[in-house]
Amino acid sequence: MDILNALILLLNYIFIPALTYGSQLALGAIFVTLIYGILRFANFATGDMMAFGTMVTILFTWYFQSLGISLGVLPTALLAIPFGILFMIIYMLSIDKFVFKYYRVNKSPPVQLAMVSIGVMFVTQAVVRIIIGPSDQRFFDGEKFIIKAREFKEMTGLNEGLALKSTQLITVLVTIVLVSLLFWFLNKTKTGKSMKAYSDNEDLALLSGIDPKKIVMITWIIAGILATIGGALYGLDKSFKPFTYFNNMLPIFAAAIVGGIGNPFGAFLGGYVIAFSEIFLTYAYKKFFIYILPESMEPESLVQLLSTDYKFAVSFSILVIVLLYRPSGIFKGKVL
Amino acid sequence: MRKNLNVIAAYSIMMVLIILVGVFQSWNIALSIFNMCLISAVMTMGANIQWGYAGLINFGIMGYTALGGLAAVLISVDPVQEAWSAGGFDILMCLWLIIALVLIIRFILKNFQKSKVRTYSIAALIISGIILIRFTAEPGIEAIEDINPAKTGFLGGFGLPIIFSWIVGAFFAGGLAFIVGKVALGLRADYLAIATLLISEIVIAIIKHEDWLTRGVKNVIGLKRPAPYEVDLQSTDWFINLVEKFNSGKLEVFSNLSDRQAALNQLVIEGSSIFVKLCYSGLFLIVVIILLILTQKALYSPWGRMMRAIRDNEEAANAMGKNVVKQHLLIFILGSAIVGIAGAMLVTQDGLFTPGSYRPMRYTFLIWVMVIVGGSGNNFGAILGGFAVWFLWIEAAPIALFLINFFTAGMSETHALKLHLIESVPYFRFLMMGLGLLLIMRYRPKGILPEKIEIK
Repeated sequence: MDILNALILLLNYIFIPALTYGSQLALGAIFVTLIYGILRFANFATGDMMAFGTMVTILFTWYFQSLGISLGVLPTALLAIPFGILFMIIYMLSIDKFVFKYYRVNKSPPVQLAMVSIGVMFVTQAVVRIIIGPSDQRFFDGEKFIIKAREFKEMTGLNEGLALKSTQLITVLVTIVLVSLLFWFLNKTKTGKSMKAYSDNEDLALLSGIDPKKIVMITWIIAGILATIGGALYGLDKSFKPFTYFNNMLPIFAAAIVGGIGNPFGAFLGGYVIAFSEIFLTYAYKKFFIYILPESMEPESLVQLLSTDYKFAVSFSILVIVLLYRPSGIFKGKVL
Repeated sequence: MRKNLNVIAAYSIMMVLIILVGVFQSWNIALSIFNMCLISAVMTMGANIQWGYAGLINFGIMGYTALGGLAAVLISVDPVQEAWSAGGFDILMCLWLIIALVLIIRFILKNFQKSKVRTYSIAALIISGIILIRFTAEPGIEAIEDINPAKTGFLGGFGLPIIFSWIVGAFFAGGLAFIVGKVALGLRADYLAIATLLISEIVIAIIKHEDWLTRGVKNVIGLKRPAPYEVDLQSTDWFINLVEKFNSGKLEVFSNLSDRQAALNQLVIEGSSIFVKLCYSGLFLIVVIILLILTQKALYSPWGRMMRAIRDNEEAANAMGKNVVKQHLLIFILGSAIVGIAGAMLVTQDGLFTPGSYRPMRYTFLIWVMVIVGGSGNNFGAILGGFAVWFLWIEAAPIALFLINFFTAGMSETHALKLHLIESVPYFRFLMMGLGLLLIMRYRPKGILPEKIEIK
């Protein structure tokens, strides 16, 4: 019986990684949900747009590094993110002008817009790969750990180490700040409220004098901020590879739908639901049980519900179950 | 004749393009492009039935393709006897358990009223069932995967000719489509797209990681072929004579006998691989033509009319007494089954099954580009889309290289930008696909050969 060690074990291998991964998913999911709620289509280019923003951030990071600018213990990428956001917003607005606007004005069905977004996905993927290449890029610098596993062990005298990477802390902090700002904007400012009104009922919103062009532009700007920061945080924490970003689109979609699509708060929580269930279900609990059970009852197998190979499959299965039993999502989004 | 002029023109252009590749690059490349075009055409026909006839969006094409490929493995590979005796019993027990579980759930669903208790008990049943199945299967799976892991490590298949797998692949894919359709068809279009995309990812995850069934990422290589092997052909008399006859003009130039023999050998080696590819082309053409006849018949039948009515106005069709749900499910199964055939054909042609190579870009989104570009609702359009897009997909790199060299002609050979662009030539194909899709959707939203319905 060693409850303290068991708790540290869970904290180290489940809670912290899931919280970080969930934050990254949550930002992407809010992006998807905003585009869905206001522009009314499922954006299949989500992952690749995030890759684009991250790519610009990486390029600026390298530029700053070559100039010798750094933030000391913090990663230089934080300085480059605003530039990434700027380019991302320009890219998104020009795509909207040349591609999406035509269909929006013609009131095309959402399926057609989704199809068009696949075209955008192809183009964005090509642009990213042509500029930065398909391989892994690391752009993290600065202090890697806040708490190192060994130092923690020495400090507390426990068996289990607790490691906290600085990127994990940065991810969670940035997500909290960004999401609170976003909700403040959506709920308290006039523009935010008009966005909500537009999402709820387009015709009524137009009647009450809301300018659709402005709404669309602000939506893309917010989307650009979310996509770039979400992508850059993911890249900092893990690594940047265009293909991974494309794949991340799937759990992001799952998070947005599980949370109730069109509902930003739901998407935010959906990200954590997906991340925690992925890690909970695929973690091998053997060590945990060794700590909390008496010696005679120690498990022999790994005590793992599903092998880690099925990490993605877990989130998709959750999505399928939610779609079946509660198609509007756990936190009530638009009814499908 | 006049009415079909654009169809004939489009197909002639396509054929000329492939022949040009044959003349300028090599006949080998031209034929492999042609074969892949035929396979793509089968896939697009499947997707076109769902999207063009019924307006159902299916982004799970990758999953059905992979299931078709799995069928090719399970049908053609010889059974691994040791693996069966080591773990076959456990696996069969598992199969029975799964069937029993499904039957019990069906029984509960039928005989008890909907309530919270029912939902929770079903959930509990499924979870305990999964745990039970895992415990039963684990020793069997480990035993199977331990048997000669470098070569087998899986149960193997039935050792039948691989051609049968084309039909079995259709049944596999149709079976999956039945389950997916039951679950997801009620959803609105874009949710259906996301749901099918995610379900196909689950299918791939299972195929990738259940090594006892598919060898997973260790791949299955050296599958049986319906066509002769190149090596056998090169030592067969009639084939050598055939090549000699075909190239008699070329061979006459040589006066020296040994030179002539060397040239002939070279020609035989080239000829054998072309001959094998031609065999595949013949087989694939038969499939394409049969499917084309069937789909055309279906399109102009009362059933086809009903499908179009459902597509164009679901409520009205429903009010006229058509069972929309049932018809949607039917067409979802049919289209997916055709994709399953294509998946089996693909693995047959490659002679290997690589679960790691199934990626949504290549097997889902590219197929959708084909359908949209070719013309949804028109079978000839869908096939043309398969041809044109696959051709561009393969030839995009040479075209991009040519364009880069053309536009950067003024730069020096070692200019960093030029070198970087040349290095990233393979990715220009994504750019071309994307731009092609966007342009077609904007300026010709019905595709190159639009749907055209004549009432006969």
